[in-house]
Amino acid sequence: MKRFEPRKIGLALIAPAVAILVAFLITSLVLLVMGDPVMDVWRTMFQPPLPRHYVAMLNSATVFYLSAVAVAIGFRMNLFNIGVDGQYRIASFAAAVFAGQAWLPGFLNIIVAIIVAMATGGLWAGIAGYLKVKRGVSEVISTIMLNAIATGLVSWLLAKARDPESIGSNEVHTRTIPESSQLEGLALVPGASQKVYTLLLLAILVGFAYWFVLGKTRFGFDLRATGQSETAAVASGVNVKRMTMTAMVLSGAVAGLVGMPLLFGVYHNYGTTFQPGLGFAGIAIALLGRNHPVGIAFAALLWSYLEVQSNALQIQAHVSKEIVFIIQGVILFAVVIAYEVVRRAEVRMEQVKVARELAEKEQTVPAGQGASA
Amino acid sequence: MRQTRKFAAVVAAAALALTACGSDSSEEPTDTGTADGTATSSDTAEPMSDVKVGMAYDVGGRGDQSFNDAAAAGLDQAVAEFGIETTEATAVDGEPESAREERLQQLIDAGYTTVIAVGFAYAPSVAKVAAENPDVHFALIDSTDAEGDNIANLTFAEHEGSFLVGAAAALKSQSGNIGFVGGVQVPLIEKFQAGYEAGAKEVNPDITIQSTYLTQPPDFSGFGDPAKGKTAAEGMFQAGADIIYHAAGGSGGGVFTAAAEAGKQAIGVDSDQALTAAPEVQDVIITSMLKKLDVAVFEFIKAEVEGNFEAGAQEFNLAAGGVDYSTTGGKIDDITDQLDELKQKIIDGEIEVPTSPAG
Repeated sequence: MKRFEPRKIGLALIAPAVAILVAFLITSLVLLVMGDPVMDVWRTMFQPPLPRHYVAMLNSATVFYLSAVAVAIGFRMNLFNIGVDGQYRIASFAAAVFAGQAWLPGFLNIIVAIIVAMATGGLWAGIAGYLKVKRGVSEVISTIMLNAIATGLVSWLLAKARDPESIGSNEVHTRTIPESSQLEGLALVPGASQKVYTLLLLAILVGFAYWFVLGKTRFGFDLRATGQSETAAVASGVNVKRMTMTAMVLSGAVAGLVGMPLLFGVYHNYGTTFQPGLGFAGIAIALLGRNHPVGIAFAALLWSYLEVQSNALQIQAHVSKEIVFIIQGVILFAVVIAYEVVRRAEVRMEQVKVARELAEKEQTVPAGQGASA
Repeated sequence: MRQTRKFAAVVAAAALALTACGSDSSEEPTDTGTADGTATSSDTAEPMSDVKVGMAYDVGGRGDQSFNDAAAAGLDQAVAEFGIETTEATAVDGEPESAREERLQQLIDAGYTTVIAVGFAYAPSVAKVAAENPDVHFALIDSTDAEGDNIANLTFAEHEGSFLVGAAAALKSQSGNIGFVGGVQVPLIEKFQAGYEAGAKEVNPDITIQSTYLTQPPDFSGFGDPAKGKTAAEGMFQAGADIIYHAAGGSGGGVFTAAAEAGKQAIGVDSDQALTAAPEVQDVIITSMLKKLDVAVFEFIKAEVEGNFEAGAQEFNLAAGGVDYSTTGGKIDDITDQLDELKQKIIDGEIEVPTSPAG
């Protein structure tokens, strides 16, 4: 079964390629209908990025990736964690408050703050996990609610934990973390004065851990098994409730990491301008990347490419930047359909193959019956 | 145009729903005014100046009938007067900090060496980009958080204008009970509250003032949620208020609706809302606190055209005509003498208006 099959891999790659093509066509159509300059838009979107754009892409992709992995952990277990958004915001806030106190020196401060973020995110997601396990509350509902609660809670706490120095400014934020704990970034891209987030390394580490834990451990097997068939998992001795709880907490813990590159690399505090909405982007990217650690990385890069390249749209093509939302939305829509089409094609291929094999073995049995048996 | 915009809204909403399952942000497609803007610049007066102005709006952009539109009006006036070349770009809700920097840098790369950043959210990005482009002149509206030799910080004395409408509310109130609805509790909006309360107390020391804010930062929905504004205003009217002043951007529409339903009155903000608000509620607006962003933007561009760029904080106060009150509708014609007297006292420095609320 695990044999290398070029046809299968080809099919897997066709789906996203077709989706992107469809998005390209539909967006062109929308632009055409609205009387916008179609060619200018694509010329702007596909112009070669400058060094600073590569930096921005890598940086955006880093946070997108973390967010998508958090969502994917839930997906693999058949849990729809829509709460990544609230989880990363509340976790970033907690980590910012902790790091801002500067109880620990330099690098140690960063490490412990990251642990604080993971714990907070895990705890927040754990509420939804607990409700699901003990009360049967759908995690979709509870995590959406928890997003709203996180917004309110952080607003309220931010007023209390406000940096006294920011009073009088319209930017309300927590105490800025000491310079020794700020990460300056890596000069990865030659020719750019901007730096790539140091915590890009964290994203790579998380991706690797995700691949290893889910693909190579007993725990990962149990988790995937539970996601695919709960009854089968129970039959093979998996404690489904405990798995649900663990998966939810893990998803939340990774969600807690989403804001860390931003906190230590850009903002250095949690305030009113801290980037919102990353949790929702993560859902889209996890879907597009099919929950695969490498697939998600490509999806995150595609998303950040679209985001960064669209910055020039208003100025160079005189078209609103929001056109990118259409592109992203259509890609997602098309990719979900394409994956389903490909899945059916795969099933059919499998059936044909099995039928052929059976037919070869038992010449007397008609192929059609063999396949359906 | 309207149809296309509606279509864009539907498509964008669909796309959003797909990508985000609906985030709480208010992503409105900005219109294609950009193209229109540049078109006008070439149609009207022939270029008299080689100043090229790049405008970076905050979320909402041109067409928001409020803050950004007021700034756009100043730009349009400058285009008509000086025939300058302009281009515009608008922020998107939920974008990363790097996108704001990129927007400013894009404007500069496209040759727009006078950049106007509309709104305090641009402060960090202006600080960064201005340092990297010392030859470019920046105007940062509503914020003094970013400073530099090439940054002009254009701020307003909202407290002084609010003082006058506060006095108007106290003079017009029959119940001796008035209200203030702020959008989001940030220092900028507290300036409105402080001035309003001081103005009301100036003419009637015994007046009751109910003040509230719709949301706390970082929740900025208080600037764009009419339902919240309506609920808050209804509560105040039921508690005896008969005039409410709002400094809540788009939420103000709800305050006007509540006033219309309760048969009470309201005071507008930023622009002359007796003209710009929905027609059915215009009648309840007795006056508006005018924050003349258009004046600030126009004056800044004028200085640029004349080669008189001036860095640092410039406050557009009552004396400079940066803030004022409106008289559209004739509802406060009987008290304008008293208000103008107070205005003169503020200009002369006889009255000093506080910038943060007492207590």
